[in-house]
Amino acid sequence: MPIKTEPTIINLGPQHPSTHGVFRLRVSFDGEQVVDVEPVFGYLHRGTEKLAEERTFSQIVTLTDRLDYESSMTNNLAYVEAVEKLASVPVPERAQYLRVLVSELQRIASHLIFTGFFLQELGVFGTLLMYCFRERENVLDLFEMLCGARITVSYMRPGGVTQDAPPEFWENLNDLLNKLPQLIDDLENLITDNEIVIARTKNIGILSPQKAIDSSVTGPILRASGINWDIRKANPYEVYDKMDFNIPTESNGDCYDRYLVRIKEIRESINIVKQCIKSIPKGAIKNPETPFFLRPECGEVYSSIESPRGELGFYLVSDGGIAPYRCKIRSPSFINLTVLRPLLIGWKMSDLVVIFGSLAVNMGEVDR
Amino acid sequence: MTTHLSPNTLINEITQELGLTEINDLGDSILVKTDELLPIATFLKNTPTFDFQMLVSITGVDYIEYFEVVYHLLSIQHNQRSILKLRCYDRESPSAPSVVAIWPGAELQEREIWDLMGIQFTKHPNMKRILLWENFEGHPLRKDYLR
Repeated sequence: MPIKTEPTIINLGPQHPSTHGVFRLRVSFDGEQVVDVEPVFGYLHRGTEKLAEERTFSQIVTLTDRLDYESSMTNNLAYVEAVEKLASVPVPERAQYLRVLVSELQRIASHLIFTGFFLQELGVFGTLLMYCFRERENVLDLFEMLCGARITVSYMRPGGVTQDAPPEFWENLNDLLNKLPQLIDDLENLITDNEIVIARTKNIGILSPQKAIDSSVTGPILRASGINWDIRKANPYEVYDKMDFNIPTESNGDCYDRYLVRIKEIRESINIVKQCIKSIPKGAIKNPETPFFLRPECGEVYSSIESPRGELGFYLVSDGGIAPYRCKIRSPSFINLTVLRPLLIGWKMSDLVVIFGSLAVNMGEVDR
Repeated sequence: MTTHLSPNTLINEITQELGLTEINDLGDSILVKTDELLPIATFLKNTPTFDFQMLVSITGVDYIEYFEVVYHLLSIQHNQRSILKLRCYDRESPSAPSVVAIWPGAELQEREIWDLMGIQFTKHPNMKRILLWENFEGHPLRKDYLR
């Protein structure tokens, strides 16, 4: 006699340690196998796009800090770039170098969080996460020296950055850069060839290149599927055209490759920061002619950068006033979630958390 | 550097290949008619010279007289971008055809536009609110939304 089965619905989240914020998954299981997934989110929705319509162009910088709170610097950068394009504001070269420098530091910090939590989700409790957080703390200390804040930095302004780096910033940065490669080596020693990590992540949650492009996936997830696409190379903004760096790609598109791409990106970022230190010119850090109330002419602009999670774009429409008429945020985490349902179906319950973790979404950015 | 495909080239090609003539040049983008969106989208995605395989972003903008839906397209192969727009003049129940069948990446974004801007996408597989809850009244990003 055949055994009759029926799907069990299990609710994961919104308060769940592996959901990186308040994210809920309604999962139907057939035994241990995932048959359907319904992601439910919006718990952190603060209406950023609506709030932006009632703030001046400079005030919105503080809103962008709170999008992806693990990479505030790149959010700042994406936004001020869009405003500068809309209002045609030139930026001094030193400010551009500082911007690239801090965004790469931010990328290191963000990928370190990813690595720590990725291991946490495989069941490696505590130790590695703390190693990663210890080094991320050094990056945040540097940000504190720059602007007095660790996470809600609001460091950039249309036309430049708020303050120049103090002398102790450069000393500490050098210390960190000397230490970091060794730390990444240590991390890789622990993770990359680890039998358990490989068993749990290799060939799990495979995303084909065509599926990735069709679903508008960007960032490390796209590159792990073998597509060499990085806005820093494809459309160099700020001073990325003067930097010499590689775009790490992998071919398999599984969870392991998504980890590998990110760990390699940390090394490339260290490389870029070193080049920035070497060639940063002296001079102004802010364009003195930028008015406090920017009034860009009527028009619209879409501008995007490569944030640690993918293409972060801002679509601004101006009606000539001091606030944008419409400020749309193209957040990579939100759009990368499109692929979650097809990725999860067919895998086992234990893989679910690993696959979700390998997408590295940030709820601040998903819900906006 | 990423190039921006000129609207002129696009219009010429579309008129030649599809025989559609009511396409307007908006300077940096092209404005298409609502019922012609799907054939144009399919054409832009599948023609190797354009190869717009990725729909980077969809935006809804409320211009009070009409709603504008903006499609930002990207061709990774040619490192080229382009913008499509369409307008919905019906304020009571604006609707546009869903492009999920062509670009699956539109799925969550179209739901977001329905949620916050109130534009229905016809033939979308799951047209529900996404960020706000089901019984929420109104669409907050509309200019006439009262708090």
